[in-house]
Amino acid sequence: MAVTHVESTAEHAPAARTGSPAPGRRGRSLPVRLLPYLLVAPTVLGTAYLLVYPLIRNLIISFQKFGIAQLIRGGADFVGLDNYRQILSDDMFWSVVLRTFVFTAINVSLIMVLATLIAVLIGALGKKMRLAVMGGLVVAWAIPVIAATTVFQWLFQSQLGVVNWVLVALGFEQFDGYAWFANGTSTFAIIVVLIVWQSVPFAALTLYAAMTTVPKELHESAQIDGAGGVKTFRLITFPILRPMFGLILCLEIIWVFKCFVQIWAISQGGPGNATLTLPVYAYQVAQSLNRYDLGAAISMVTVVILGVALLAYFRQMFKEEGEL
Amino acid sequence: MRTRIGRKISLNTLALIVFAFSVFPVYWMVLTAFKPTKDIQAETPSFFPTNITFSHFGTAVNADGFWLFWRNSALVAVSAVLMALVIACLAAYAVARMKWRGRQAFILMVFIAQMTPWEALLIPMYVIARDTDMLDKLTMLTLIYFMVTLPFTIVTLRGFLNAIPVELEEAAQVDGCNQFQAFRRIVFPLLAPGLLSTSLFGFITAWNEFAFANLLIIKNQDQRTLPVWLSSFSNTFGTDWGATMAAATLFMLPVLLIFLVLQGRVTAGVAAGAVKG
Repeated sequence: MAVTHVESTAEHAPAARTGSPAPGRRGRSLPVRLLPYLLVAPTVLGTAYLLVYPLIRNLIISFQKFGIAQLIRGGADFVGLDNYRQILSDDMFWSVVLRTFVFTAINVSLIMVLATLIAVLIGALGKKMRLAVMGGLVVAWAIPVIAATTVFQWLFQSQLGVVNWVLVALGFEQFDGYAWFANGTSTFAIIVVLIVWQSVPFAALTLYAAMTTVPKELHESAQIDGAGGVKTFRLITFPILRPMFGLILCLEIIWVFKCFVQIWAISQGGPGNATLTLPVYAYQVAQSLNRYDLGAAISMVTVVILGVALLAYFRQMFKEEGEL
Repeated sequence: MRTRIGRKISLNTLALIVFAFSVFPVYWMVLTAFKPTKDIQAETPSFFPTNITFSHFGTAVNADGFWLFWRNSALVAVSAVLMALVIACLAAYAVARMKWRGRQAFILMVFIAQMTPWEALLIPMYVIARDTDMLDKLTMLTLIYFMVTLPFTIVTLRGFLNAIPVELEEAAQVDGCNQFQAFRRIVFPLLAPGLLSTSLFGFITAWNEFAFANLLIIKNQDQRTLPVWLSSFSNTFGTDWGATMAAATLFMLPVLLIFLVLQGRVTAGVAAGAVKG
């Protein structure tokens, strides 16, 4: 549905630009007409081999019996829907799906709320403070995922970690030597903090950039009419920037849902299964159980769920861009 | 009057809190990297640099294969970005400047590719690498990183190209340049800043990638990249937090420098292309 919407808006858009190498368009020679196809050919070939083919391969594996033997020797048999039947009838799978949704919902709501508040805050600051906050956000944004993950392990280290020290100093004696990564809930919480900490800068800076495009006169007239900060945001800023909010929301949902590295590097889904989300589950089943077929089936389910989020994203994007 | 000052103070306090939360983990990492081990293990942590030592950096740099993994990472990231840049430039030009059947379908494909959940493709990539004898080879990683950065590069370069007036090229063509010459002499110089910021973004993605590097390099440990090394480093040297933080600092350095140099452009580029790893 989203796609048809796209085509129709896209029809008239390129017209402005196409006049370029105009003279004698009809009489252009064959090589000239082929030129654009030659230019995009490497991209199409690359995508076919490195994206479409792996996806198809994944789909095929998900219909096969594909364990360590088939991985080494080849020659996998087709088993129809057996793998899907097996994962869908497993309670474990459904608890992972549920956890993935909860994980995504918690992360994304925190990210959106904090990012919005920080974006508004940046807008209200003086020049120096604004630069300081934006600089700080950029630093948090720039640190590579693996480096950040390592740092968080150090911050929350049980004996020497600074977080425990601060908590004890604040009077929470129970955190003396508290082992964060031994407990499922606290490991989950740390991963959430890590992901939110890493994701807020992008969302906040983008929202702030978008907010600067809202005409000042609108805010001023709203204030003259007696509207406070919250009301101005609700009645003016938010409606104007609704597409931008939607876009960032969709992106964050996609990113958090498919998030793998932070969880894998910190806990590999544990302790217990407390931090096991769909992408990690797929990887774990494939790697440690050598059930590549089940792993492939789980990742196909992930792709389908993300596809729905993707549709929403495209709708937003085309509404926003209005052209292809 | 008093309320306005009060408002300003509370705003600035909030700003300081946000600043502290954003920067503290990074600050703590760098600080730990410079602290002598006895300070790291002190009962009461010091929050400011008092005794500075470079010995942890020595441990990290002298650890097995550090320079080798640094070289692997740089090699993979730079070649993936160069490939993506050349191929994206061709495609972006075709999209921004030419009219052809299938153009919209192509753009749609690029957008979809940009949002691909790469982590879902780990298993088939492994199988494909095995089938084509590409396991344990940096070439496979390069190809994957090329593909991961390509769609974003096309989208962003198309944005930059759209911002360059077509009339400039037409004028050059009237003056006797052919289309290629017009591109090279007129468009390319104008596109250079766009190429630069786009390629640095691609570099950061490739520099950071962990999942594929962790999966596809198994037997030949000499082919590992820095992120994989760093994660195994913190496991092996689990108790040596000074060295681990020094290694993490060294790993972060190129990315942080790139970000700080390009702060403004990066935000603009993101708004245009809506990207992240």
